[in-house]
Amino acid sequence: MLGRLERSYDVVVVGGGPAGMGAALGARDSGTGRVLILDREPDPGGILLQCVHSGFGLHYFKEELTGPEYAERFFTKTIDRDIDVVPDCYVSGIAVDSDGSKRVRVMSAAAGLRAVQARSVVLAMGCRERTRGAIRIPGTRPAGVLTAGLAQKLVNMKGCLPGKRIVILGSGDIGLIMARRLTLEGCEVLGVFEVMPYSNGLTRNVVQCLEDFGIPLHLSTTVAYIHGRDRVEKVTVAPVGPDFRPDMSRARDIPCDTLLLSIGLIPENELSQSLGIKLDEITGGPEVSSTLETSMPGVYACGNVLHVHDLVDFVTNEALLAGRFAGERAQGIRRPADNIRIDAGDNVRYCVPHTLSPEREHTIYMRCKRAMKPCRLRVGNLLEKKLRFVVPAEMIMLKIQPDLLEKFQGDSLRIDIVPESEGESGV
Amino acid sequence: MYDIAIIGGGVVGCAIARELSRYRLRAVLLERLEEVAFGTTKTNSGIIHAGHHASPGTLKGRLEVRGNALYDGLRKDLDFGFRRIGELVVAREEAELPALERLKAQGEAKGVPGLEMWDRERLRREEPNLSRSLIAALHAPTAGVVNPYELTFALIENATANGVELRVLSPVEAIEPIGGGLRLRTPGGPVEARFALNCAGVFSDEVAGMLGLKDFTIKPRKGEEYMLDKRLQGLVRKLIFPLPTPTSKGILIIPTFDGTLMVGPTAEDTDDRLDMATTYRGADTVFAFIRRICPSITERDTITEFAGLRPVSDTDDFVIGPTRVKGFINVAGIQSPGLTAAPAIAEHVLAVLKDEGLQLSPNPGFKARTPGTPHFAALDAAGQERLVAADPRFGRVVCRCELVTEGEVHGAIDHGARTLDGVKFRTRAGMGRCQGGFCTSRCMDILAERLGKRFHEVTKRGADSWLALPMADAADGH
Repeated sequence: MLGRLERSYDVVVVGGGPAGMGAALGARDSGTGRVLILDREPDPGGILLQCVHSGFGLHYFKEELTGPEYAERFFTKTIDRDIDVVPDCYVSGIAVDSDGSKRVRVMSAAAGLRAVQARSVVLAMGCRERTRGAIRIPGTRPAGVLTAGLAQKLVNMKGCLPGKRIVILGSGDIGLIMARRLTLEGCEVLGVFEVMPYSNGLTRNVVQCLEDFGIPLHLSTTVAYIHGRDRVEKVTVAPVGPDFRPDMSRARDIPCDTLLLSIGLIPENELSQSLGIKLDEITGGPEVSSTLETSMPGVYACGNVLHVHDLVDFVTNEALLAGRFAGERAQGIRRPADNIRIDAGDNVRYCVPHTLSPEREHTIYMRCKRAMKPCRLRVGNLLEKKLRFVVPAEMIMLKIQPDLLEKFQGDSLRIDIVPESEGESGV
Repeated sequence: MYDIAIIGGGVVGCAIARELSRYRLRAVLLERLEEVAFGTTKTNSGIIHAGHHASPGTLKGRLEVRGNALYDGLRKDLDFGFRRIGELVVAREEAELPALERLKAQGEAKGVPGLEMWDRERLRREEPNLSRSLIAALHAPTAGVVNPYELTFALIENATANGVELRVLSPVEAIEPIGGGLRLRTPGGPVEARFALNCAGVFSDEVAGMLGLKDFTIKPRKGEEYMLDKRLQGLVRKLIFPLPTPTSKGILIIPTFDGTLMVGPTAEDTDDRLDMATTYRGADTVFAFIRRICPSITERDTITEFAGLRPVSDTDDFVIGPTRVKGFINVAGIQSPGLTAAPAIAEHVLAVLKDEGLQLSPNPGFKARTPGTPHFAALDAAGQERLVAADPRFGRVVCRCELVTEGEVHGAIDHGARTLDGVKFRTRAGMGRCQGGFCTSRCMDILAERLGKRFHEVTKRGADSWLALPMADAADGH
């Protein structure tokens, strides 16, 4: 029920975006009784609510939805399934009692300061955008330098434009989406500049949001200086050398009034850190077992707080799973502990989850370090899979069946992505 | 005609305004920007020096020690972040020890309390995260940190509550002597006053120049500062100084009042009085230097950076006193330790005014205390509960990184905030690691609602610092 906040729940989910709603539904699917979603915004749905473009749900619903439509479907389900959803409510901390149960401290204008008991907790706080300070752009500090996500909120939620002449630094998906959105609203998008030699967004977004609109993408180029007293007046762009420092001898100025930043997303794990949960330095999210349980028993994580996903459909699948295991645990069901550790090997930046159990099927999510094509994905000596290509911007998903893992001897399973030729010779 | 017109709403102008409000006077403060504290003050390092740095023969040397002592009383009256955390000047090699001893002797001669030499072991015990290569330090327990903008907002608020008039967006464009005083031209019309106090910071020589006065020139000296992620809170507990050089106190580690570590400032002369740009070179200089003092601080910990301009006078001292134009008084060249000295500068200026013939009779209605808005995050659990029970708006979080509530944003506006930066500097909303990514539009909503403006009319810091445009404008090719 919307707004109902009891004293005690089986599963409390922190965050009401796609991950949180998926986790709550997963918990209900497991047969657990009382489930609560806490969300800090006035309306649940998370960042989906400002993503008015379509392209959501192609995998999960097999149809193309907008962000708000995708959120609405899940929100309706949570209410139908008698999940309590409390919006406009902030989780200020979580305490662990001696019996392992959790006390979630919440604050809101409606409820004041309260604590809610929980048998299991699912962390689904999502991520935030990297800012100017994280990458150091010299120059002045005028109005008009903002993250692509904030620009998206201004346009889609507030009915305003962030400016008229726009330069975008970083080729993250939100930046690409906003390049198209702002062009459609009559703004002039002067170019997207990416410091890396490849795009950080999905190929489909590069094609549909830039190429289709004639917006140039400049790789291995960065914004080296911001000019303007009160408002952005121009930016200096320059190609970068191998050390990623700009080559100022080849710099040029672009007059503009706005600089959008789409330079990466950071899982929002301040709450996890306050609990002492172990984080993975590469993903920025918690280390999790195959049940998506963090280093703190009874606390699970899913969605962008765990690692940044490309597609909401994958978030939903991961969240349903996290919710199911959180729900099982709340009912006293214990899965056997994982006994296989995954090692990210050659050209593998990270893998999630971090451990596996031979007991059931697993989906491993991973990213490569650099583009390669064609190539082979090699899972220890258990499995090899041909891949047409890999790029850092696109997550790789791998299903592993339990019968395969049963054959595995050892405690550490290494995953490599190797060139096609090497893969063949290795067999 | 006013008795006094103060030109410039930095910490110095506002401290003087507050001091003047103790007396029965007609005073006005003219600020060129949208809010006070938006110039050099907001970029100040926020250090209250113990008093041993400036030479005793100078005006700044005298006012530094006195200013430090006045801060406790000021904090009783006004709500602003202030804490005496102590300061260490560290030595890296034997050759630096005599200079450290000289600094101690200079401080003792000036009456700086509690100065103490720490050996390597003591230093390691108290600050275990500093470089192991440091061999000694001079400890000054009375040094502190302050939020300079909060202090300045509190000063002007108390001053205006006690009758001083504040006019923002009022740059002084010309000054002429008139019978019994001066006439100051501003965009909003002329202001006439018996005395004009030139507290115009980096512009103070230009303001004096409007009367043909050329007693001093200002050469702005830029300082870049780098703010580090809260994760590093507690890594260093005291202010850490290297031994000073002739132009600067060096690059420091500053545990700010709010707990965030800041490193900087650089010291670079510039001719541009509005040059607030940060540079690659500045960052390289700061982090290369800091690495030798605290190896675990790296450039990657930065969440934001900014630059400010010290108004350095060619006299190498504060320029405070009357001029050959009757009624025109300079309060200029207030570089470091200007923030520390500010309350003492205000006292000193009152004495100058008295010498110049101003009658000072107490303001019977003067109230020394103006309470500020409580900071939710700074309260204990019981205090937080009481606050939310009394006003539910304190239960709604607006800025999650710094745990700022809606009640505080409203409080900031009640206390004079008119811009997004005005809210930010009063509440910390937008100062955290997401740098306003999430709270900007919420703060703009509240500002718009409270100021009777439309959303897109809210600015970052006034003038042309617009944040959004209505959609129709762009479609028209506006």
